[in-house]
Amino acid sequence: MLSRIKQNAKQYRFLFEVLVKRDFTKKYKRTILGMIWSVLGPLMTLGVLAIVFTQFFGRNMEHYVIYMFCGNLLFSYFRESTTGGMTALNANAPIFSKVNVPKYMFVLSKGVSSTINFGINLCVLFIFCLFDGVTFTWKFVLLLYPIICLIVFNLGMGLILSALYMMFKDLQYLYDVFTLLLMYLSAIFYSIDAYPMQKQYAFYLNPVYVYIRYFRKIILEGTIPKWTFHLLAAGYALVALIVGAVIYKKNNYKFLYYI
Amino acid sequence: METVIDAKHISVKYITGDLRNIGLKEFVMKKLTHKYHVEEFWAVNDVSFTVEKGDMLGIIGTNGAGKSTLLKVITKIMKPSTGTVKVNGRIAALLELASGFDGDLNLKENAYLRGAMLGYTREFMDRKYPEILEFSELKEFEERPFKQLSSGMKSRIAFAIASMVEPEILILDEVLSVGDGAFREKSEAKMREIIQNGKATILVSHSIDQVRRMCNKVLWLDHGRQVIFGDAEPICNDYAEFLKTKKLPQYDKL
Repeated sequence: MLSRIKQNAKQYRFLFEVLVKRDFTKKYKRTILGMIWSVLGPLMTLGVLAIVFTQFFGRNMEHYVIYMFCGNLLFSYFRESTTGGMTALNANAPIFSKVNVPKYMFVLSKGVSSTINFGINLCVLFIFCLFDGVTFTWKFVLLLYPIICLIVFNLGMGLILSALYMMFKDLQYLYDVFTLLLMYLSAIFYSIDAYPMQKQYAFYLNPVYVYIRYFRKIILEGTIPKWTFHLLAAGYALVALIVGAVIYKKNNYKFLYYI
Repeated sequence: METVIDAKHISVKYITGDLRNIGLKEFVMKKLTHKYHVEEFWAVNDVSFTVEKGDMLGIIGTNGAGKSTLLKVITKIMKPSTGTVKVNGRIAALLELASGFDGDLNLKENAYLRGAMLGYTREFMDRKYPEILEFSELKEFEERPFKQLSSGMKSRIAFAIASMVEPEILILDEVLSVGDGAFREKSEAKMREIIQNGKATILVSHSIDQVRRMCNKVLWLDHGRQVIFGDAEPICNDYAEFLKTKKLPQYDKL
């Protein structure tokens, strides 16, 4: 199994590179403005959120802008990566119905471009932290953990959604509604401290919130989450990836029926 | 004689009906009202044939005979429901030429994309690209996005890529019916060159004259079933007769 993946990786590395490059070219339409826009967009959202909500929620909170930034950054990455991944397979139907290629490659390459985008915005977050007087500690290195978890989680979700999208073409609209609702449940601009303990735990049913919480703990509180928290973060990611992989394995040849 | 493709009793089950282009809401409604309807049928039914080194196989049959599905099995895009197919060599397929390209990318990027899809390395494409460009005679369009090219141009570049990259087995689906006269001659000449290099070719065509001219073996399919597989000349005559009378000839089962 592992040797086959290795062989696949070698054989299809060039294809993967070409696909990533294509997604990039298409996304930014060969303009530098396109690149800037990917940072400017989230910043403008953040600006509006800051103007609107600082009066409501931010009065008693230190570094409220950073608090929101963490939430917005991770959630935007989740939304962009999964909605992009969702259409990746269907958009490449003309290719995989003509040539035998590993189909997860399309979801993967789409994931790379949104992950790079996320990386750029992550740098902007650190710049904000610097200006806002957040103390940088060695613990910041631990941020790699939720980042890797989120990358894997998004990938798994992308696989699941892209398979479902092949079957149901109206999924896009339903998913838009779903992500909007999930955004409100991810405590991006408010704090969940006002809720009773039980309800606070219910927030952890939302994987994206788990990753956001991890970020805030490290950056704003300077504390390392418990090992159970780590387990939960990795668990969500692995479950999504395994479910996605199984769906792809099972339907590899069946996707053709839906074109 | 070295056997290049050995297909034994291939059958492919295909599913069609409500599962295409359905929305989740529609799906739920149809399931609830028991109107959800899916049909299974055999797109290819018990087909066997062999291709030897140096052969040129023509696959003929009316629309819906299962020709394209059979090609998908040979190129491993689909898995046969029953039967086995052994392929000995690198395949390059030209199925429905102009599709599979990306309209937003330019000619070079698309050429590399196609090359990558066919399983070649970057070094190989770097080496071959000038040749591809020259063969397709589209140098002045190199920087244009693909959506601005005509379909004839697209098939030219597709043919150039597939033939330049030295396939051991070339699969052509209606390819020669595109392009202007001059290019058609050139591509036919190139194809002959590939065949002469000792590699096998499969041609799917509606043009019986073309099959007669180029192929030495013919596989005739009708509604997924194999009518006959054998030498080109007599089968082409029978097929021409069939197109007039619409009556399938009776062959003795061997």
